[in-house]
Amino acid sequence: MSQFLQYAVSGLSIGALYSLVALGLVLIYRSTRILNFGHGDIATVGTFFAFTLLSHNYSWQMAFPPALILGAVLAMIFYFVILIPAQRRNATQLGQIILTVGLSLILQGLVAYFWGTEPQSFPFPLSDTKTWKVYKDVVISELSLGALAIGLVGSLILFFLVQKTRLGLAMRAVSENLPAAQTLGIPTRRVLSLSWGLAAFLGVLAGIFLAPALLLDPFFMLEPFLKGFAAAVLGGLNSLPGAIAGGLILGVAESLAGGYVTVAFKNTLAFIVIIVVLLIRPEGLLGKEFIERV
Amino acid sequence: MDLIESYKEELRLVRRFWTGFWIISLLIALIFLPWYGKEHWVYILTLIFIFSIGVQGQNLLIGYTGQISFGQAGFLALGAFTFGHLARFGAPVLVSLLCAGLVAAVFGLLVGFPSLRLKGPYLAIATLGFGIAVYQVFVNSELLSGGRMGLTVQKLPALFGLSQVNTYYYFNLLLAALFTLASYNLISSFVGRAFIAIRDNDISAEAMGVNLTTYKLLAFAVSSFYTGIQGGLYALLLGYLEPNMFTFLETISLFVAVIVGGLASVEGSILGAAFVILVPHVFSDAKQLVPVVYGIAIILILIFEPLGLSGRWLKIRLYFRMWPFR
Repeated sequence: MSQFLQYAVSGLSIGALYSLVALGLVLIYRSTRILNFGHGDIATVGTFFAFTLLSHNYSWQMAFPPALILGAVLAMIFYFVILIPAQRRNATQLGQIILTVGLSLILQGLVAYFWGTEPQSFPFPLSDTKTWKVYKDVVISELSLGALAIGLVGSLILFFLVQKTRLGLAMRAVSENLPAAQTLGIPTRRVLSLSWGLAAFLGVLAGIFLAPALLLDPFFMLEPFLKGFAAAVLGGLNSLPGAIAGGLILGVAESLAGGYVTVAFKNTLAFIVIIVVLLIRPEGLLGKEFIERV
Repeated sequence: MDLIESYKEELRLVRRFWTGFWIISLLIALIFLPWYGKEHWVYILTLIFIFSIGVQGQNLLIGYTGQISFGQAGFLALGAFTFGHLARFGAPVLVSLLCAGLVAAVFGLLVGFPSLRLKGPYLAIATLGFGIAVYQVFVNSELLSGGRMGLTVQKLPALFGLSQVNTYYYFNLLLAALFTLASYNLISSFVGRAFIAIRDNDISAEAMGVNLTTYKLLAFAVSSFYTGIQGGLYALLLGYLEPNMFTFLETISLFVAVIVGGLASVEGSILGAAFVILVPHVFSDAKQLVPVVYGIAIILILIFEPLGLSGRWLKIRLYFRMWPFR
């Protein structure tokens, strides 16, 4: 029993980070119908920037905010400089998705060029060896606790932002019906660019907390990004609560599968989840969108 | 761009004398290349031939049928490892090559089933999941991947008194030519027309009597057959296989080749294959910059020239036909 709880606890903490990644993807998907394949790479750039600042002996309070802002600015630049011109030239939805693949390739190459492909360890204020007892012999490390906390706090802040502020109202209006929002005088481009920025912000936040557990190399976000993808699909690609639930469920399921079945196929689970969910219930657990049947 | 007056004329692959002339001279130049070209260039061209087969398959799926697939690396791996294992049991090269294509095609059918229900971005995710799942299965299963040391494949012996590089060159030239011919014939047949109808509007295609289930699955099967053959040829060329050759990056380079070469164009596929082989070659000093070049190429092409290199080629030809008037 305590072994089960132990797996569940560590699954929850990694799941919270998957939720953050998934939230960023869902935020963009529901407002623009674009799957952002560059999400993981923007997070990588932000994390590497934080790494550089940290290795120049800046404290983490000085290093993390600029990294988060860098990620957000990158995403907004991509929106204004590449996506809007493409939309002016009537790019198809698929074309816009391919543009994000292009962004992902460019960022990946630049990170490998400037920071090298050698795996590096990420100095982090929270340690993963210091542990606390949760219940009997179930323990949680400081790092996992931090990840769980940041995942939940990030999700809560996003919830309030989207549900309780004027900006959130505008974001919901834009994702509901773009032409109507434009007619009502909502500056849709500014709102959408903020959505992109916010999504990248969440991505970098997840990246910073994932980096200490994984080793930092230009491809370290690929796997969490795909897991975030699976989580988003599981919860429903246009549902923000779904992304959180999907991330947590995926994290726990993965940790249990790794513990009880086999460690080797732990990572394959996410993709099996994707395929099964898409076949059985394409709109996801909490999604409401009517999927066009072919 | 030409006025077509009869159905027979539409079915003809080479419509004008000069087109035929240039194709034949290109073929002759390629056949005699080993006599005057450097061995290095012969090898690069061999790679382009192999790659162009897979890119054509991908283009049949993305460009002609309009179904996106991010799982090509999976089919590539399936084809390559099928070929590798069969070759180890001593099966003849052509038989194992055919089996490589067929195994990939069967999995293509399996992956095609979601395509009956999913569209656009959802299909992209499902196929992406497939590609990475295949990679991870191969990474984690030593039985399939041939153990830690990888799988060694018997190389092609030097035939007819040619050097080994040249044997590979002619073998792959022949296969690439056959597959190119097959793609041209496929797209001008009723099957190709059905694919194009599905791409342009699947509901009206169904109303016109195109069986969506059959043709979508067929598109997936044909596309993955091509990719499986590419995998087999790749295994034969390298003589060595390990799962790390078939990461997501491989999917991306096939994808980049289709976009850069031009959607729905067989000539474009060959140009695209040349692009993704030549770019890493030119940037061999700064390998990390290769993805950057790919990414910039994708973005520029999608914004400024959605038809890719073949679209640009068509425009240049039109311009010179009217030259100096426009």
